[in-house]
Amino acid sequence: MTEPRQQYRPNIQAGAQLADAAPVVRKAEPRIPADLLALGLAALGAVVFDISYLTGEPLRRLLFWLGLCLAAGGLLSWLIHLYLQPVRVTLNNGHWVMRPRSRLLLVMVFLLPAIWLSLLATRFNLGIITQRGHHMMGILGRIFTPNFEYFGKVWPPLLDTLKMSLVGSALGSFLSLPVAVMASSNINRSKVSLWLLRVVVNVVRTLPTLIIASVSALIFGLGTFAGTVAITVFTFGVVSKMLYESIETIDMGPFEAMESLGASRFQAFWSACMPQILPTYLSHSLYSFEMNIRAASILGYVGAGGLGILISERVGWRDYESLGTVLVALFVTVLIIENLTGYMRRKLS
Amino acid sequence: MQQSERILKRYNERPQTWWRYALSFLVVAAALLWSAMGIEYKGIATRGSDVAYGVLHGIFNPDTAVLFDPGEYGVGYLLFETAAIALLGTLFGALLAVPFAFLSSDRIVPKPVAFLVRSFVLMVRTIPSLVWALIWIRVTGPGALCGVVTQSVCSIGMISRMYVTAIEDVDTRILESLDAMGCTRFQKIRYGILPQLTANMVSTVIYRFDINIKDAATLGIVGAGGIGASLIQAISTRRWGIVGAFLTGMILLMLAIEFASTRARRKLAHGQ
Repeated sequence: MTEPRQQYRPNIQAGAQLADAAPVVRKAEPRIPADLLALGLAALGAVVFDISYLTGEPLRRLLFWLGLCLAAGGLLSWLIHLYLQPVRVTLNNGHWVMRPRSRLLLVMVFLLPAIWLSLLATRFNLGIITQRGHHMMGILGRIFTPNFEYFGKVWPPLLDTLKMSLVGSALGSFLSLPVAVMASSNINRSKVSLWLLRVVVNVVRTLPTLIIASVSALIFGLGTFAGTVAITVFTFGVVSKMLYESIETIDMGPFEAMESLGASRFQAFWSACMPQILPTYLSHSLYSFEMNIRAASILGYVGAGGLGILISERVGWRDYESLGTVLVALFVTVLIIENLTGYMRRKLS
Repeated sequence: MQQSERILKRYNERPQTWWRYALSFLVVAAALLWSAMGIEYKGIATRGSDVAYGVLHGIFNPDTAVLFDPGEYGVGYLLFETAAIALLGTLFGALLAVPFAFLSSDRIVPKPVAFLVRSFVLMVRTIPSLVWALIWIRVTGPGALCGVVTQSVCSIGMISRMYVTAIEDVDTRILESLDAMGCTRFQKIRYGILPQLTANMVSTVIYRFDINIKDAATLGIVGAGGIGASLIQAISTRRWGIVGAFLTGMILLMLAIEFASTRARRKLAHGQ
């Protein structure tokens, strides 16, 4: 205690702890310490690297690179491990705090090369944007002075878009309920069917709507039906995923109570779990409907009906005033639907 | 009166709201019926079943030559380009969103200004990214650059809105206690504000990257670089093996990114 009080440097990093305060709670040590694992990896790499000189030509090369990568990876992860150790900082009054290392440097080591590679791969050129940026301003100016006479032509495709997203959301949500129930781990005890369903749901969810729409336009012909199919598939994936995650958080107490009273599993599920699931389910469905309007508005670009047809046509003819009309109509519709579903979702929760 | 009878009585006196359910059910049913009648089903197109079979066959038997092609038209490079577009688009969007976030927060600027900026951002957000790409392509020409610019603009909306929430959640009591400890202004920002903001902001940016990489895969359809252009070309020329290869690569990449992003965000939210 030789220094005056004002000299303390505040340290409010998470995890900072005074030594004489509560004992430090440590996580259980992993069975193999990470640094040993990393060093072992490096050693294994060195051995493989060594062996590579004893073997014949094709194998030698493979082993050479394998050993090099293993050794480098092991050493790198050992260094990272060393670097991430918290530092012990002794304060002026003799107390010490454990200060966790900032991960910024580590992140930058990976991020900066990634950015540099991305700049190369996308042939990024700021010059083009600064030189030709005024074109954008011109186009935006024309979009923001919409041609309202065009509105008569916007009306039917706008209704088509609404219809597609409504029916698609309803069908997709309808299909997703049984699947989500079977894909939640607190209800389905069979590991195999659980993971099978989850893989299907997650794979379906990663398929972009436009790709599904372009395939279904080839199958069902151009028009609103193809768009409805695409929206249905997309909704199915999204709602199933959101729903099985929420089903896993419900209270299973009532279910067990009913089972112990002699109800069958289905009866117990129906009256103990369904009332908990239903509001969330409806809320997720409404949310997906909200998203689907935006998604459905561009499906016409690949021939699946709705506003997208007008968008691609107007852009093709450089008729940006009419494009502005289409976008204004879409904006107003999305605003109305969002407020409506937002209101209903607030009521549900 | 016995307890069970009392329970029964209370049960019968419960609020009767069935008519509300019936009404909303009727409205939804009517809307669905109206919409369903508007959707024309023209049956399966000629050779439509061939397409369905081809897609399924292609997904389970991807063209391995394309899948493992290290060249510029292979799945690997196209996915790399897609990820590069998403990375740059997200980063530029995250940077551009900072001024918008400060300008649309009631805490920092007067209310009318905040309202104006917020409605402008909402307008930008409602225009689908595909439309932005169609417009930007007139400026930058086709290619990955168009994708980067499009995603930079489209990301502003969501990211700035999440920034605003982060800014408004800052706990100012910490600043007061730092004041009491005699910290300088710089120290207050460094130790009082930044640690509260960074976790939220980084989490938002990671989430947006996750969205952008999915979006970047479709932007190629209009010529904005990435895997979309080759994929849609393979679909329209009905080379299902190649379609299968593209889809397999895409699905794997997106699942991996999503897994990593969920884990990273969970770590950020709950500390290390």
